[in-house]
Amino acid sequence: MKHLLTVTDLDAATATALLDTSDRLRQALLGREVRKLPTLRGRTVITMFYEDSTRTRVSFEIAGKWMSADTVNVSAKGSSVSKGESLRDTSLTLSAMGADCVIVRHPASGAAHRLAGWADKDQAATGTHTSIVNAGDGTHEHPTQALLDAATLRDRLGSVAGRRIGIVGDVLHSRVARSNVFLLATLGAEVVLIAPPTLLPVGAAQWPCRVSHDIDAELPGLDAIMMLRVQAERMTGGFFPSSREYAVSYGLSEARAAMLPEHGVVLHPGPMVRGMEIAPSVADSARAAILAQVRNGVHVRMAVLYHLLAGAPE
Amino acid sequence: MSDLFIRNARPYGDDAVDLVVSGGVITEIGTGLTAPDGVETIDAEGRVLLPGLVDLHVHLREPGGEESETIATGSRAAALGGFTAVFAMPNTSPVADTDVVTSHVRRRGAEVGLVDVHPVGAVTVGLKGERLAELGTMASASGVRMFSDDGHCVNDPLVMRRALEYASALDVVIAQHAEDHRLTQGAQANEGVVASRLGLAGWPATAEETIVARDCALAREAGARLHVCHVSSARTVDVLRSAKAAGVKVSAEVTPHHLLLTDAALTSYDPVNKVNPPLRTAADTQAMRAALAEGVIDVVATDHAPHASQYKDTEWQVAKPGMLGLQTALSVVVHTMVEPGLLDWHGVARVMSERPAEIAGLPDQGRPIAVGEPANLTLVDGDEPWTVRGATLASLASNTPYEGMRLPAVVTATVLRGRVTARDGRIVEPVAT
Amino acid sequence: MANDRRGDVGGEGTGLPDHELLSASDVTRTIARIAHQIIEKTADAEHVVLIGIPTRGTVLARRLAAAVAEFGGTEPAVGTVDPTLYRDDLRRRPTRALEDTQFPEGGVDDALVVLVDDVLMSGRTVRAALDALSEHGRPRSVQLAVLVDRGHRELPIRADYVGKNVPTSRSELILVSLTEIDGEDRVSIRRGAGE
Repeated sequence: MKHLLTVTDLDAATATALLDTSDRLRQALLGREVRKLPTLRGRTVITMFYEDSTRTRVSFEIAGKWMSADTVNVSAKGSSVSKGESLRDTSLTLSAMGADCVIVRHPASGAAHRLAGWADKDQAATGTHTSIVNAGDGTHEHPTQALLDAATLRDRLGSVAGRRIGIVGDVLHSRVARSNVFLLATLGAEVVLIAPPTLLPVGAAQWPCRVSHDIDAELPGLDAIMMLRVQAERMTGGFFPSSREYAVSYGLSEARAAMLPEHGVVLHPGPMVRGMEIAPSVADSARAAILAQVRNGVHVRMAVLYHLLAGAPE
Repeated sequence: MSDLFIRNARPYGDDAVDLVVSGGVITEIGTGLTAPDGVETIDAEGRVLLPGLVDLHVHLREPGGEESETIATGSRAAALGGFTAVFAMPNTSPVADTDVVTSHVRRRGAEVGLVDVHPVGAVTVGLKGERLAELGTMASASGVRMFSDDGHCVNDPLVMRRALEYASALDVVIAQHAEDHRLTQGAQANEGVVASRLGLAGWPATAEETIVARDCALAREAGARLHVCHVSSARTVDVLRSAKAAGVKVSAEVTPHHLLLTDAALTSYDPVNKVNPPLRTAADTQAMRAALAEGVIDVVATDHAPHASQYKDTEWQVAKPGMLGLQTALSVVVHTMVEPGLLDWHGVARVMSERPAEIAGLPDQGRPIAVGEPANLTLVDGDEPWTVRGATLASLASNTPYEGMRLPAVVTATVLRGRVTARDGRIVEPVAT
Repeated sequence: MANDRRGDVGGEGTGLPDHELLSASDVTRTIARIAHQIIEKTADAEHVVLIGIPTRGTVLARRLAAAVAEFGGTEPAVGTVDPTLYRDDLRRRPTRALEDTQFPEGGVDDALVVLVDDVLMSGRTVRAALDALSEHGRPRSVQLAVLVDRGHRELPIRADYVGKNVPTSRSELILVSLTEIDGEDRVSIRRGAGE
């Protein structure tokens, strides 16, 4: 593995290997006072975030630090980016400084692909080797989020294959939804997208999943349900009439959560809008695996860094 | 000057003849002719001879965008691509919405002297879609025959209606970039499965179809001539077909890239494939080919849109839309239309020379290859394949979507009013007079 | 030391038959002998823990613990530690899969830990395992048990318990098979197949 840009890069065997590594890393750190592995000593990992996301950036930073990598955080606001430097020049500069890995969050879909393309061209010319990790690009993908969701589902359900997972909400603008649909399908799960037609992209019908507009009909058949965040700016975009109507039609209320089978798991990629897409009592219930997702996030990201940086360069 | 002898050329791919050109006009056609003394001679070796190609849709970027293309470099690309006339779109800086700019473009084209550069005037001031530009002045003072806000749609139906009505009295044509901007806010790629997977906001084909349908109705009522730029959607063809059957004076163009490329090329996120309207599906490219063969789409126009690398070597969503087209157009048409048997060389002459000249009202272009006609000619080796390399194209920019592709057909000579402008892949500079 | 694994026995290579070093009964006898030695040398220790290095070291640790119990000793707790994350040669090979790490309840603090592996060669795996071990607690002392010591040490490490010393050349391969993993107990040497 040279870069992690999209879950489509992962076949079932590679995805499973990443999840297994994540489990082993959790095991290796279990009950220790000093949570530090020497594995990536001397490697430099840069997080370059063009969008605010404390959660994901800190998770990657902790993952790098726990493996002894030197982690440097570049915030797009405090760097030459704000002076108009192009993404290409910024990335090549970081690469020239010796970054072994650049973890990028960017509002443009495909930004990570572009970085990887430039890094590969640069490698051909100079021999430097920089791995790119997509930490969320526009409305395209967020591969490590899908991996941590799969890890959490594996913990809670024993397996992902053969399970039916519902993804509810703003699929149109969600990179989390895209990564999950394709990764979970690769791992053998049956995915159901549940959303009003205005929040589903044209073309989603040809994804490896089913589409439904009726959450109540789906709930009893789901092994897990993933509630996507509803962004406030969409409320005024005419995608649905009102937040009240959305909460009534698609929110995971206590009554709805009770329609899930007993083992049904509730996931949320965060940050949550309590009372909007999910009732507070459901978010805090035993079904909810929301904090487990966060914990798995660190281990999954350690696993990604391990697979990208620990072995001989490809 | 302007005397030329062409031996053993096959007009429209028909039987081989020799041609004598004198004073920029074809004076004799026959077999076994002898070259007049001291006259430049081209041995065509049986290659295909076409009337000089006419492109209704190019962006030469001058004035204001000289880092991407100039009238000089664009003219070289045109001559090398077999063109003898091109129409330069007005989205320059300043916008070609006054006679000052349009006459400048025409004069610069004439100074370069490699291809007839015809300015296209803006329909509205600043391409803003609000107030009509001085169409009458541009038409009378610098001979502008075509007006367009290309890059932008004249979205407001009332403004478009007035433009069509006003243009009908001037006998000029309004060329519409058909895109309902309300339906394409933030759009980055053809709306469909590819864009949905890539997380790129969709550009729905309906945004084109609805504007074309509306404009056809407006043109019918105004009795005006409407030209539809770069048709990209299969269902737009249906709209055009029924409008033409109803007697609407509408013509339409398709770009070479919409004949060949599809949105499947987008998965690398390389913005060289970003263009407006976007690359669509394989079904759409098939529909474009069929419509061009049928005549529902009248002409091929390149929408040649050079962009310097700083505008393309970026994230997809900030990259500027557009691709080079002048030097690859004929090859793509041969590949997509001639090789599958959809068009013969008479058909190529029709869609790339005769009809474009007719739509733009050019009296001296797109004429038959016959005695007494102006010697605007293009000589083509239809079999010779070549490999496209953006860096070797004559344009300042190198944003060709065909990089590395092997395409058929090489232009071996271009003749503008009897003067050779390009020969064997090299520009022949005009002699200063 | 991945060379010193079972590999594809009877497969390609030199075409020469593998030469058997220990038969099934030799393996059983050797494990019994090491178990006796462990009982003897750990008699004073209150808390003995056997930590296997995956995958065959872990199997051997379990067998040794059972044998210690069988021969009258107190059955030691068994754990396993994967040294991969502590290796100094990760960059020389494609990414390695991680193995099991599990410490017995009660941990290893103040325990006498016996690290168990199948083959000892350079000592680098043992060094990595010692580092891993030290991150999980502070044993009173650490000893090392191996089924085969084939020489070629690159670090100042020696085993406290050795099943069999086998002088080898670097190009040779030691193949250890254990029933739990490979369906039979056997140790053999393949000439000229390594490196």
